Amino acid sequence: MAGQPLIEMQDVAFGYRGGGTLLGGMELALQPGSFHFLTGPSGSGKTTFLKLLTGELTPSTGRITAFGRDLAELGRDGIAALRRRMGVVHQDPQFLDHLPLVENIALPLTVARQPVDVPALKGLMAWVGLTGHAKTLPPALSGGERQRAALARAVILSPDLVLADEPTGNLDEEMSMRLMQLLVELNRSGKTVLLATHDLNLIRALKPMVAARVLRIAGGRVQLAGADL
Amino acid sequence: MTRLAQGQPRPGRGANLPKIGALNPKALWSGLVSGEGGAGDRMVPRTGATAMLVLLTSGAMAFLAVFALALTFATGRLADRWAEGLARTMTIRITAPQDVADAEARRVLDILAQTPGVAEARTVSQEEMQELLLPWFGPDMPVDALPIPRLVELTLDGGGPDVDNLELRLEGEVPDAVLDDHTRWREPLVTAATRLRSLGWMSLGLIAVTAAGMISLAAQASLAANGGVIRVLRLIGARDLTIAGAFVRRFTRRAALGALGGALLGMLAIAALPDMDQAGTFLTGLGFTGASWLWPLLIPVFAAGIAFLATRRAAIRRLREIP
Ligand SMILES: Nc1ncnc2c1ncn2[C@@H]1O[C@H](COP(=O)(O)OP(=O)(O)OP(=O)(O)O)[C@@H](O)[C@H]1O
Ligand SMILES: [Mg+2]
Repeated sequence: MAGQPLIEMQDVAFGYRGGGTLLGGMELALQPGSFHFLTGPSGSGKTTFLKLLTGELTPSTGRITAFGRDLAELGRDGIAALRRRMGVVHQDPQFLDHLPLVENIALPLTVARQPVDVPALKGLMAWVGLTGHAKTLPPALSGGERQRAALARAVILSPDLVLADEPTGNLDEEMSMRLMQLLVELNRSGKTVLLATHDLNLIRALKPMVAARVLRIAGGRVQLAGADL
Repeated sequence: MTRLAQGQPRPGRGANLPKIGALNPKALWSGLVSGEGGAGDRMVPRTGATAMLVLLTSGAMAFLAVFALALTFATGRLADRWAEGLARTMTIRITAPQDVADAEARRVLDILAQTPGVAEARTVSQEEMQELLLPWFGPDMPVDALPIPRLVELTLDGGGPDVDNLELRLEGEVPDAVLDDHTRWREPLVTAATRLRSLGWMSLGLIAVTAAGMISLAAQASLAANGGVIRVLRLIGARDLTIAGAFVRRFTRRAALGALGGALLGMLAIAALPDMDQAGTFLTGLGFTGASWLWPLLIPVFAAGIAFLATRRAAIRRLREIP
Protein backbone atom coordinates (compact mmCIF):
# COMPACT_ATOMS: atom_id res chain seq x y z
CA MET A 1 0.00 0.00 0.00
CA ALA A 2 1.65 3.15 -1.19
CA GLY A 3 0.80 6.81 -0.74
CA GLN A 4 0.19 8.99 2.26
CA PRO A 5 -2.69 7.87 4.48
CA LEU A 6 -5.75 10.15 4.55
CA ILE A 7 -6.01 9.74 8.30
CA GLU A 8 -3.29 8.72 10.68
CA MET A 9 -3.31 8.11 14.43
CA GLN A 10 -0.09 7.74 16.36
CA ASP A 11 -0.24 6.40 19.89
CA VAL A 12 -3.49 8.26 20.57
CA ALA A 13 -5.18 8.01 23.95
CA PHE A 14 -8.41 9.55 25.15
CA GLY A 15 -10.59 9.59 28.23
CA TYR A 16 -13.61 11.66 29.17
CA ARG A 17 -13.26 14.07 32.04
CA GLY A 18 -13.83 12.30 35.30
CA GLY A 19 -13.41 8.88 33.71
CA GLY A 20 -10.24 6.93 33.18
CA THR A 21 -8.61 6.34 29.82
CA LEU A 22 -11.31 5.03 27.48
CA LEU A 23 -9.15 4.42 24.45
CA GLY A 24 -5.35 4.04 24.49
CA GLY A 25 -2.39 3.27 22.30
CA MET A 26 -4.38 3.73 19.13
CA GLU A 27 -2.57 3.42 15.80
CA LEU A 28 -4.41 3.89 12.52
CA ALA A 29 -3.68 4.61 8.89
CA LEU A 30 -6.57 5.00 6.47
CA GLN A 31 -5.32 4.72 2.91
CA PRO A 32 -7.17 6.72 0.24
CA GLY A 33 -9.91 4.65 -1.36
CA SER A 34 -10.06 2.10 1.45
CA PHE A 35 -13.19 0.79 3.19
CA HIS A 36 -13.05 0.11 6.91
CA PHE A 37 -15.57 -1.15 9.39
CA LEU A 38 -15.19 -0.02 12.97
CA THR A 39 -16.81 -2.44 15.34
CA GLY A 40 -17.04 -3.17 19.03
CA PRO A 41 -19.71 -3.58 21.66
CA SER A 42 -22.00 -0.78 22.64
CA GLY A 43 -20.14 1.68 24.83
CA SER A 44 -16.73 0.55 23.64
CA GLY A 45 -15.95 3.95 22.15
CA LYS A 46 -16.80 3.86 18.44
CA THR A 47 -18.52 7.22 18.46
CA THR A 48 -15.74 8.65 20.59
CA PHE A 49 -13.21 7.38 18.08
CA LEU A 50 -14.99 9.13 15.19
CA LYS A 51 -15.30 12.35 17.17
CA LEU A 52 -11.54 12.34 17.62
CA LEU A 53 -11.18 12.25 13.84
CA THR A 54 -13.56 15.18 13.28
CA GLY A 55 -11.91 17.34 15.91
CA GLU A 56 -14.99 17.32 18.15
CA LEU A 57 -12.81 15.76 20.82
CA THR A 58 -9.13 16.34 21.48
CA PRO A 59 -6.89 13.39 22.33
CA SER A 60 -5.20 13.39 25.73
CA THR A 61 -1.97 12.19 24.17
CA GLY A 62 -0.73 11.22 20.74
CA ARG A 63 -1.11 12.71 17.33
CA ILE A 64 -3.88 12.63 14.75
CA THR A 65 -3.25 13.79 11.20
CA ALA A 66 -5.90 14.23 8.54
CA PHE A 67 -5.10 15.07 4.94
CA GLY A 68 -1.51 15.51 6.03
CA ARG A 69 -2.28 18.11 8.71
CA ASP A 70 -1.83 17.67 12.44
CA LEU A 71 -5.25 18.29 14.00
CA ALA A 72 -3.69 19.82 17.08
CA GLU A 73 -2.16 22.53 14.92
CA LEU A 74 -5.34 23.44 13.07
CA GLY A 75 -7.18 26.46 14.37
CA ARG A 76 -10.96 26.65 14.43
CA ASP A 77 -11.09 27.64 10.77
CA GLY A 78 -8.73 24.79 9.96
CA ILE A 79 -11.03 22.33 11.73
CA ALA A 80 -13.99 23.77 9.82
CA ALA A 81 -12.14 23.31 6.52
CA LEU A 82 -11.29 19.75 7.55
CA ARG A 83 -14.95 18.99 8.21
CA ARG A 84 -15.87 20.22 4.76
CA ARG A 85 -13.50 17.57 3.38
CA MET A 86 -15.04 14.75 5.40
CA GLY A 87 -18.70 13.81 5.24
CA VAL A 88 -20.00 12.64 8.60
CA VAL A 89 -23.20 10.73 9.29
CA HIS A 90 -23.68 11.05 13.03
CA GLN A 91 -25.32 8.34 15.08
CA ASP A 92 -28.06 10.81 15.97
CA PRO A 93 -28.03 13.23 13.07
CA GLN A 94 -29.12 16.79 13.81
CA PHE A 95 -30.63 19.24 11.37
CA LEU A 96 -31.81 22.81 11.33
CA ASP A 97 -35.41 22.18 12.29
CA HIS A 98 -36.70 25.42 10.81
CA LEU A 99 -35.51 24.64 7.29
CA PRO A 100 -37.11 22.15 4.88
CA LEU A 101 -35.13 18.99 4.22
CA VAL A 102 -33.86 20.03 0.82
CA GLU A 103 -32.28 23.16 2.31
CA ASN A 104 -30.78 21.09 5.10
CA ILE A 105 -29.17 18.75 2.61
CA ALA A 106 -27.82 21.72 0.63
CA LEU A 107 -26.61 23.43 3.81
CA PRO A 108 -22.94 22.41 3.44
CA LEU A 109 -22.96 24.21 0.08
CA THR A 110 -24.35 27.36 1.70
CA VAL A 111 -21.76 27.15 4.44
CA ALA A 112 -18.97 26.61 1.92
CA ARG A 113 -20.38 29.47 -0.21
CA GLN A 114 -20.82 27.21 -3.20
CA PRO A 115 -23.68 27.45 -5.68
CA VAL A 116 -26.43 24.85 -5.55
CA ASP A 117 -26.62 22.59 -8.59
CA VAL A 118 -30.34 21.89 -8.57
CA PRO A 119 -30.39 18.79 -10.85
CA ALA A 120 -27.51 17.30 -8.83
CA LEU A 121 -29.36 18.06 -5.60
CA LYS A 122 -32.51 16.37 -6.95
CA GLY A 123 -30.42 13.41 -8.04
CA LEU A 124 -28.94 13.16 -4.56
CA MET A 125 -32.37 13.26 -2.92
CA ALA A 126 -33.52 10.50 -5.25
CA TRP A 127 -30.35 8.49 -4.51
CA VAL A 128 -31.28 8.33 -0.82
CA GLY A 129 -34.98 7.91 -1.65
CA LEU A 130 -36.20 11.19 -0.17
CA THR A 131 -37.54 12.92 -3.27
CA GLY A 132 -41.00 13.17 -1.77
CA HIS A 133 -39.69 14.82 1.38
CA ALA A 134 -37.94 17.85 -0.09
CA LYS A 135 -40.28 20.26 1.67
CA THR A 136 -40.64 18.28 4.90
CA LEU A 137 -39.27 19.84 8.07
CA PRO A 138 -36.73 17.55 9.81
CA PRO A 139 -38.78 16.98 12.99
CA ALA A 140 -41.41 15.31 10.83
CA LEU A 141 -38.99 12.68 9.48
CA SER A 142 -38.66 9.09 10.69
CA GLY A 143 -35.38 7.87 12.20
CA GLY A 144 -34.41 6.06 9.02
CA GLU A 145 -35.27 9.05 6.88
CA ARG A 146 -33.10 11.23 9.07
CA GLN A 147 -30.18 8.86 8.60
CA ARG A 148 -30.57 8.82 4.83
CA ALA A 149 -30.89 12.58 4.81
CA ALA A 150 -27.72 12.79 6.90
CA LEU A 151 -25.92 10.64 4.33
CA ALA A 152 -27.07 12.89 1.50
CA ARG A 153 -25.89 15.95 3.45
CA ALA A 154 -22.60 14.23 4.20
CA VAL A 155 -21.72 13.65 0.56
CA ILE A 156 -23.03 16.84 -1.07
CA LEU A 157 -19.61 18.50 -0.98
CA SER A 158 -18.02 15.38 -2.57
CA PRO A 159 -15.77 14.74 0.41
CA ASP A 160 -12.74 12.48 0.09
CA LEU A 161 -13.65 10.70 3.30
CA VAL A 162 -17.02 9.54 4.61
CA LEU A 163 -17.43 8.66 8.29
CA ALA A 164 -20.69 6.93 9.22
CA ASP A 165 -21.66 6.16 12.79
CA GLU A 166 -24.26 3.35 13.00
CA PRO A 167 -26.08 4.71 9.97
CA THR A 168 -28.38 1.71 9.96
CA GLY A 169 -29.32 1.94 13.60
CA ASN A 170 -32.92 2.89 12.82
CA LEU A 171 -33.39 0.97 9.59
CA ASP A 172 -35.04 -2.33 8.77
CA GLU A 173 -32.96 -5.00 7.09
CA GLU A 174 -33.89 -4.01 3.57
CA MET A 175 -33.24 -0.32 4.12
CA SER A 176 -29.98 -1.16 5.92
CA MET A 177 -28.76 -3.06 2.92
CA ARG A 178 -29.79 -0.20 0.65
CA LEU A 179 -27.84 2.28 2.70
CA MET A 180 -24.84 -0.01 2.80
CA GLN A 181 -25.10 -0.29 -0.94
CA LEU A 182 -24.91 3.49 -1.13
CA LEU A 183 -21.73 3.47 0.95
CA VAL A 184 -20.21 0.76 -1.24
CA GLU A 185 -21.09 2.85 -4.31
CA LEU A 186 -19.34 5.83 -2.75
CA ASN A 187 -16.29 3.68 -2.08
CA ARG A 188 -16.25 2.42 -5.65
CA SER A 189 -16.29 6.01 -6.86
CA GLY A 190 -13.01 6.45 -4.99
CA LYS A 191 -14.10 7.73 -1.60
CA THR A 192 -12.56 6.48 1.60
CA VAL A 193 -15.19 5.08 3.94
CA LEU A 194 -15.09 4.37 7.65
CA LEU A 195 -18.27 2.80 8.96
CA ALA A 196 -18.90 2.22 12.65
CA THR A 197 -21.36 -0.52 13.50
CA HIS A 198 -21.83 -3.15 16.14
CA ASP A 199 -23.87 -5.26 13.74
CA LEU A 200 -21.60 -8.16 12.71
CA ASN A 201 -24.27 -9.60 10.41
CA LEU A 202 -24.17 -6.43 8.40
CA ILE A 203 -20.41 -6.69 8.05
CA ARG A 204 -20.68 -10.33 6.96
CA ALA A 205 -23.34 -9.47 4.42
CA LEU A 206 -21.25 -6.66 2.97
CA LYS A 207 -17.91 -8.46 2.84
CA PRO A 208 -18.43 -10.08 -0.56
CA MET A 209 -19.21 -6.72 -2.12
CA VAL A 210 -16.24 -4.71 -0.98
CA ALA A 211 -12.62 -5.24 -0.04
CA ALA A 212 -13.08 -4.03 3.49
CA ARG A 213 -10.95 -4.28 6.59
CA VAL A 214 -12.38 -4.52 10.06
CA LEU A 215 -11.11 -2.48 12.99
CA ARG A 216 -12.25 -3.75 16.34
CA ILE A 217 -12.32 -1.86 19.60
CA ALA A 218 -11.71 -4.19 22.48
CA GLY A 219 -10.31 -3.48 25.90
CA GLY A 220 -9.72 0.15 25.07
CA ARG A 221 -7.55 -0.73 22.05
CA VAL A 222 -8.24 -0.62 18.34
CA GLN A 223 -7.05 -3.71 16.51
CA LEU A 224 -7.22 -4.89 12.97
CA ALA A 225 -9.44 -7.95 13.11
CA GLY A 226 -8.48 -11.03 11.20
CA ALA A 227 -10.59 -12.86 8.67
CA ASP A 228 -12.35 -14.73 11.45
CA LEU A 229 -15.52 -12.67 11.35
CA MET B 1 -0.78 11.99 32.91
CA THR B 2 -2.72 13.87 30.31
CA ARG B 3 -1.77 17.15 28.82
CA LEU B 4 -5.15 18.44 27.86
CA ALA B 5 -8.36 18.54 29.80
CA GLN B 6 -10.05 15.34 28.92
CA GLY B 7 -13.32 15.19 27.17
CA GLN B 8 -13.30 18.92 26.72
CA PRO B 9 -14.19 20.61 23.49
CA ARG B 10 -11.17 21.57 21.48
CA PRO B 11 -9.95 24.74 23.14
CA GLY B 12 -9.94 27.87 21.01
CA ARG B 13 -6.46 28.76 19.89
CA GLY B 14 -6.00 32.45 20.33
CA ALA B 15 -3.76 32.93 17.32
CA ASN B 16 -6.35 31.55 14.96
CA LEU B 17 -9.37 33.40 16.26
CA PRO B 18 -10.56 36.21 14.08
CA LYS B 19 -9.80 39.64 15.44
CA ILE B 20 -12.89 40.82 17.23
CA GLY B 21 -12.05 44.41 17.86
CA ALA B 22 -11.62 45.55 14.29
CA LEU B 23 -14.65 47.09 12.61
CA ASN B 24 -14.69 45.93 9.04
CA PRO B 25 -16.61 48.59 7.09
CA LYS B 26 -17.21 46.26 4.17
CA ALA B 27 -18.78 43.62 6.38
CA LEU B 28 -20.76 46.31 8.18
CA TRP B 29 -22.08 47.65 4.89
CA SER B 30 -23.07 44.20 3.63
CA GLY B 31 -24.79 43.65 6.97
CA LEU B 32 -26.81 46.80 6.40
CA VAL B 33 -27.84 46.46 2.80
CA SER B 34 -27.92 42.75 1.96
CA GLY B 35 -31.56 41.76 1.83
CA GLU B 36 -32.88 39.52 4.56
CA GLY B 37 -33.77 36.01 3.47
CA GLY B 38 -30.57 34.98 1.67
CA ALA B 39 -29.50 31.38 2.27
CA GLY B 40 -26.84 32.55 4.69
CA ASP B 41 -29.40 34.42 6.78
CA ARG B 42 -31.95 31.63 6.77
CA MET B 43 -29.46 29.47 8.66
CA VAL B 44 -30.64 31.17 11.84
CA PRO B 45 -34.37 31.05 12.62
CA ARG B 46 -36.21 34.32 13.14
CA THR B 47 -36.98 35.29 16.69
CA GLY B 48 -39.67 37.90 17.09
CA ALA B 49 -38.93 38.89 20.68
CA THR B 50 -35.24 39.73 20.37
CA ALA B 51 -35.88 41.42 17.04
CA MET B 52 -38.39 43.76 18.65
CA LEU B 53 -36.12 44.34 21.63
CA VAL B 54 -33.21 45.44 19.47
CA LEU B 55 -35.44 47.58 17.27
CA LEU B 56 -37.08 49.36 20.20
CA THR B 57 -33.91 49.76 22.25
CA SER B 58 -31.90 51.25 19.45
CA GLY B 59 -34.85 53.46 18.50
CA ALA B 60 -35.21 54.82 22.03
CA MET B 61 -31.46 55.27 22.43
CA ALA B 62 -31.23 57.13 19.13
CA PHE B 63 -34.09 59.41 20.18
CA LEU B 64 -32.24 60.26 23.40
CA ALA B 65 -28.99 60.65 21.52
CA VAL B 66 -30.54 63.33 19.30
CA PHE B 67 -31.36 65.42 22.36
CA ALA B 68 -27.99 64.85 23.95
CA LEU B 69 -26.41 65.90 20.69
CA ALA B 70 -28.60 69.02 20.49
CA LEU B 71 -27.70 69.93 24.07
CA THR B 72 -24.03 69.45 23.34
CA PHE B 73 -24.20 71.65 20.26
CA ALA B 74 -26.31 74.38 21.87
CA THR B 75 -24.15 74.69 24.96
CA GLY B 76 -21.08 74.61 22.79
CA ARG B 77 -22.38 77.54 20.76
CA LEU B 78 -23.37 79.40 23.93
CA ALA B 79 -20.00 78.88 25.56
CA ASP B 80 -18.22 80.08 22.45
CA ARG B 81 -20.41 83.15 22.11
CA TRP B 82 -20.06 84.17 25.73
CA ALA B 83 -16.36 83.50 25.83
CA GLU B 84 -15.90 85.59 22.72
CA GLY B 85 -17.93 88.56 23.98
CA LEU B 86 -16.19 88.28 27.27
CA ALA B 87 -12.80 88.59 25.76
CA ARG B 88 -13.63 91.62 23.64
CA THR B 89 -15.45 94.28 25.68
CA MET B 90 -15.75 96.07 29.05
CA THR B 91 -17.79 99.08 30.17
CA ILE B 92 -17.17 101.93 32.54
CA ARG B 93 -20.20 103.35 34.31
CA ILE B 94 -20.20 106.98 35.52
CA THR B 95 -22.89 107.81 38.04
CA ALA B 96 -23.00 111.56 38.51
CA PRO B 97 -25.22 114.59 37.85
CA GLN B 98 -25.58 115.44 34.18
CA ASP B 99 -23.21 118.43 34.06
CA VAL B 100 -20.39 116.71 35.95
CA ALA B 101 -20.84 113.44 34.09
CA ASP B 102 -19.90 114.90 30.71
CA ALA B 103 -16.61 116.25 32.02
CA GLU B 104 -15.92 113.04 33.86
CA ALA B 105 -16.60 110.98 30.74
CA ARG B 106 -14.04 113.05 28.83
CA ARG B 107 -11.55 112.50 31.62
CA VAL B 108 -12.17 108.74 31.53
CA LEU B 109 -11.60 108.73 27.76
CA ASP B 110 -8.29 110.52 28.33
CA ILE B 111 -7.21 107.91 30.83
CA LEU B 112 -8.23 105.09 28.54
CA ALA B 113 -6.27 106.60 25.67
CA GLN B 114 -3.15 106.16 27.80
CA THR B 115 -4.04 102.64 28.93
CA PRO B 116 -2.36 99.79 27.09
CA GLY B 117 -4.71 96.97 26.04
CA VAL B 118 -7.59 99.26 25.09
CA ALA B 119 -8.11 99.41 21.34
CA GLU B 120 -10.98 101.83 21.35
CA ALA B 121 -13.17 103.66 23.85
CA ARG B 122 -16.34 105.64 23.22
CA THR B 123 -19.16 107.16 25.16
CA VAL B 124 -22.51 105.52 24.57
CA SER B 125 -24.79 108.28 23.25
CA GLN B 126 -28.04 109.33 24.91
CA GLU B 127 -30.04 107.93 21.97
CA GLU B 128 -28.36 104.55 22.26
CA MET B 129 -29.06 104.50 25.96
CA GLN B 130 -32.70 105.21 25.30
CA GLU B 131 -32.82 102.36 22.85
CA LEU B 132 -31.20 100.00 25.31
CA LEU B 133 -33.72 100.93 27.96
CA LEU B 134 -36.75 100.86 25.72
CA PRO B 135 -37.59 97.18 26.25
CA TRP B 136 -37.55 97.70 30.01
CA PHE B 137 -39.48 100.93 30.47
CA GLY B 138 -41.52 101.31 27.30
CA PRO B 139 -41.50 104.27 24.84
CA ASP B 140 -43.31 106.74 27.07
CA MET B 141 -40.73 106.85 29.80
CA PRO B 142 -38.99 110.22 29.98
CA VAL B 143 -35.49 108.85 30.00
CA ASP B 144 -33.97 112.30 30.43
CA ALA B 145 -35.60 112.59 33.81
CA LEU B 146 -33.98 109.42 35.08
CA PRO B 147 -30.62 109.42 36.76
CA ILE B 148 -29.13 107.31 34.03
CA PRO B 149 -25.41 106.63 34.33
CA ARG B 150 -23.12 107.58 31.51
CA LEU B 151 -21.55 104.53 29.82
CA VAL B 152 -18.13 104.26 28.20
CA GLU B 153 -17.62 101.18 26.11
CA LEU B 154 -14.15 99.72 25.70
CA THR B 155 -13.01 97.49 22.90
CA LEU B 156 -10.06 95.48 24.05
CA ASP B 157 -6.82 94.73 22.41
CA GLY B 158 -4.88 91.53 22.93
CA GLY B 159 -5.15 90.44 26.54
CA GLY B 160 -6.95 93.64 27.53
CA PRO B 161 -5.86 96.21 30.15
CA ASP B 162 -4.54 95.45 33.61
CA VAL B 163 -7.87 95.58 35.38
CA ASP B 164 -6.50 96.25 38.88
CA ASN B 165 -4.33 99.13 37.69
CA LEU B 166 -7.14 100.69 35.71
CA GLU B 167 -9.53 100.43 38.66
CA LEU B 168 -7.00 102.06 40.98
CA ARG B 169 -6.44 104.89 38.58
CA LEU B 170 -10.14 105.52 38.05
CA GLU B 171 -10.72 105.48 41.76
CA GLY B 172 -8.06 108.12 42.22
CA GLU B 173 -8.98 110.41 39.34
CA VAL B 174 -12.70 109.86 38.61
CA PRO B 175 -14.29 108.42 41.75
CA ASP B 176 -17.76 108.31 40.14
CA ALA B 177 -16.53 105.87 37.47
CA VAL B 178 -16.85 102.16 38.03
CA LEU B 179 -15.19 99.59 35.79
CA ASP B 180 -17.64 96.89 34.81
CA ASP B 181 -15.52 93.90 34.02
CA HIS B 182 -17.92 91.47 32.29
CA THR B 183 -15.77 88.58 33.37
CA ARG B 184 -17.35 88.72 36.79
CA TRP B 185 -20.77 87.61 35.66
CA ARG B 186 -19.98 85.90 32.43
CA GLU B 187 -17.28 83.61 33.62
CA PRO B 188 -19.55 81.33 35.66
CA LEU B 189 -21.90 81.19 32.68
CA VAL B 190 -19.13 80.10 30.38
CA THR B 191 -18.06 77.53 32.94
CA ALA B 192 -21.62 76.26 33.21
CA ALA B 193 -22.04 76.07 29.46
CA THR B 194 -18.74 74.27 29.06
CA ARG B 195 -19.66 71.84 31.77
CA LEU B 196 -23.07 71.26 30.21
CA ARG B 197 -21.33 70.49 26.96
CA SER B 198 -19.15 67.86 28.63
CA LEU B 199 -22.27 66.44 30.28
CA GLY B 200 -23.82 66.23 26.82
CA TRP B 201 -20.87 64.27 25.51
CA MET B 202 -20.96 62.06 28.57
CA SER B 203 -24.65 61.36 28.00
CA LEU B 204 -23.90 60.40 24.41
CA GLY B 205 -21.20 58.04 25.67
CA LEU B 206 -23.55 56.52 28.24
CA ILE B 207 -26.25 56.08 25.62
CA ALA B 208 -23.74 54.29 23.38
CA VAL B 209 -22.60 52.03 26.21
CA THR B 210 -26.18 51.23 27.21
CA ALA B 211 -27.14 50.47 23.63
CA ALA B 212 -24.11 48.21 23.25
CA GLY B 213 -25.05 46.41 26.49
CA MET B 214 -28.67 45.89 25.49
CA ILE B 215 -27.76 44.67 22.02
CA SER B 216 -25.12 42.36 23.52
CA LEU B 217 -27.70 40.87 25.85
CA ALA B 218 -30.19 40.40 23.04
CA ALA B 219 -27.50 38.81 20.88
CA GLN B 220 -26.47 36.51 23.72
CA ALA B 221 -30.08 35.46 24.25
CA SER B 222 -30.44 34.74 20.57
CA LEU B 223 -27.15 32.80 20.47
CA ALA B 224 -28.15 30.75 23.50
CA ALA B 225 -31.57 29.98 22.02
CA ASN B 226 -29.87 28.84 18.83
CA GLY B 227 -27.20 26.62 20.39
CA GLY B 228 -28.44 23.61 18.45
CA VAL B 229 -28.33 25.47 15.15
CA ILE B 230 -24.79 26.63 15.84
CA ARG B 231 -23.63 23.11 16.69
CA VAL B 232 -25.09 21.69 13.48
CA LEU B 233 -23.46 24.43 11.43
CA ARG B 234 -20.12 23.85 13.13
CA LEU B 235 -20.33 20.10 12.47
CA ILE B 236 -20.88 20.52 8.76
CA GLY B 237 -17.83 22.75 8.52
CA ALA B 238 -19.07 26.32 8.88
CA ARG B 239 -16.36 28.79 9.83
CA ASP B 240 -16.92 30.86 12.96
CA LEU B 241 -17.22 34.05 10.94
CA THR B 242 -19.81 32.48 8.65
CA ILE B 243 -21.99 31.57 11.63
CA ALA B 244 -21.35 34.82 13.46
CA GLY B 245 -22.10 36.69 10.24
CA ALA B 246 -25.65 35.37 10.12
CA PHE B 247 -26.31 36.83 13.59
CA VAL B 248 -24.28 39.98 13.04
CA ARG B 249 -26.06 40.90 9.81
CA ARG B 250 -29.42 40.52 11.46
CA PHE B 251 -28.62 42.56 14.56
CA THR B 252 -26.75 45.24 12.65
CA ARG B 253 -29.66 45.78 10.32
CA ARG B 254 -32.21 45.90 13.12
CA ALA B 255 -30.17 48.31 15.21
CA ALA B 256 -29.62 50.59 12.24
CA LEU B 257 -33.31 50.56 11.33
CA GLY B 258 -34.43 51.21 14.90
CA ALA B 259 -31.88 53.99 15.32
CA LEU B 260 -32.90 55.60 12.05
CA GLY B 261 -36.51 55.69 13.21
CA GLY B 262 -35.56 57.05 16.63
CA ALA B 263 -33.21 59.67 15.20
CA LEU B 264 -35.79 60.90 12.69
CA LEU B 265 -38.41 61.20 15.42
CA GLY B 266 -35.95 63.10 17.61
CA MET B 267 -35.08 65.44 14.77
CA LEU B 268 -38.76 66.07 14.09
CA ALA B 269 -39.35 66.86 17.75
CA ILE B 270 -36.49 69.35 17.76
CA ALA B 271 -37.55 70.94 14.51
CA ALA B 272 -41.00 71.40 16.03
CA LEU B 273 -39.66 73.39 19.00
CA PRO B 274 -40.95 77.01 18.91
CA ASP B 275 -38.54 79.44 17.34
CA MET B 276 -37.98 82.70 19.27
CA ASP B 277 -34.86 84.11 17.80
CA GLN B 278 -34.89 87.58 19.34
CA ALA B 279 -35.16 86.24 22.84
CA GLY B 280 -32.16 84.08 21.99
CA THR B 281 -32.32 82.28 25.26
CA PHE B 282 -30.81 78.94 26.02
CA LEU B 283 -33.97 76.93 25.51
CA THR B 284 -34.77 78.13 22.04
CA GLY B 285 -31.12 77.75 21.15
CA LEU B 286 -31.59 74.01 21.62
CA GLY B 287 -31.53 72.88 18.04
CA PHE B 288 -29.45 72.28 14.99
CA THR B 289 -28.53 74.89 12.45
CA GLY B 290 -27.55 74.39 8.83
CA ALA B 291 -25.12 71.56 8.28
CA SER B 292 -25.30 70.46 11.90
CA TRP B 293 -28.62 68.81 11.01
CA LEU B 294 -26.47 66.13 9.38
CA TRP B 295 -24.99 65.11 12.72
CA PRO B 296 -28.04 63.28 14.11
CA LEU B 297 -28.15 61.35 10.84
CA LEU B 298 -24.86 59.77 11.87
CA ILE B 299 -26.58 58.17 14.87
CA PRO B 300 -27.98 55.19 12.88
CA VAL B 301 -24.55 54.60 11.34
CA PHE B 302 -23.04 54.68 14.79
CA ALA B 303 -25.73 52.34 16.11
CA ALA B 304 -24.99 49.92 13.29
CA GLY B 305 -21.31 49.99 14.22
CA ILE B 306 -22.11 49.34 17.87
CA ALA B 307 -24.45 46.45 17.02
CA PHE B 308 -21.89 45.01 14.62
CA LEU B 309 -19.12 44.97 17.22
CA ALA B 310 -21.32 43.88 20.14
CA THR B 311 -22.93 41.02 18.24
CA ARG B 312 -19.70 39.82 16.71
CA ARG B 313 -18.03 39.79 20.09
CA ALA B 314 -20.92 37.88 21.67
CA ALA B 315 -21.08 35.41 18.78
CA ILE B 316 -17.40 34.64 18.72
CA ARG B 317 -17.32 34.17 22.47
CA ARG B 318 -20.21 31.76 22.27
CA LEU B 319 -18.71 29.89 19.34
CA ARG B 320 -15.48 29.25 21.19
CA GLU B 321 -17.42 27.00 23.54
CA ILE B 322 -18.54 24.79 20.69
CA PRO B 323 -15.88 22.37 19.32
N1 LIG C 1 -19.77 13.17 26.75
C1 LIG C 1 -19.42 12.11 27.48
N2 LIG C 1 -18.98 12.29 28.74
C2 LIG C 1 -18.61 11.24 29.48
N3 LIG C 1 -18.65 9.95 29.07
C3 LIG C 1 -19.08 9.71 27.81
C4 LIG C 1 -19.49 10.78 26.97
N4 LIG C 1 -19.85 10.26 25.79
C5 LIG C 1 -19.68 8.92 25.90
N5 LIG C 1 -19.22 8.60 27.10
C6 LIG C 1 -18.89 7.24 27.55
O1 LIG C 1 -17.82 6.73 26.78
C7 LIG C 1 -18.04 5.40 26.45
C8 LIG C 1 -17.97 5.21 24.95
O2 LIG C 1 -19.05 5.88 24.36
P1 LIG C 1 -19.31 5.87 22.81
O3 LIG C 1 -20.47 6.69 22.53
O4 LIG C 1 -18.04 6.21 22.12
O5 LIG C 1 -19.64 4.32 22.58
P2 LIG C 1 -20.09 3.59 21.26
O6 LIG C 1 -19.10 2.51 21.00
O7 LIG C 1 -20.32 4.54 20.18
O8 LIG C 1 -21.45 2.94 21.72
P3 LIG C 1 -22.78 2.63 20.85
O9 LIG C 1 -22.52 1.44 20.05
O10 LIG C 1 -23.81 2.36 21.90
O11 LIG C 1 -23.07 3.85 20.04
C9 LIG C 1 -19.38 5.01 27.05
O12 LIG C 1 -19.12 4.30 28.23
C10 LIG C 1 -20.05 6.32 27.34
O13 LIG C 1 -20.83 6.21 28.49
MG1 LIG D 1 -21.95 5.23 19.19
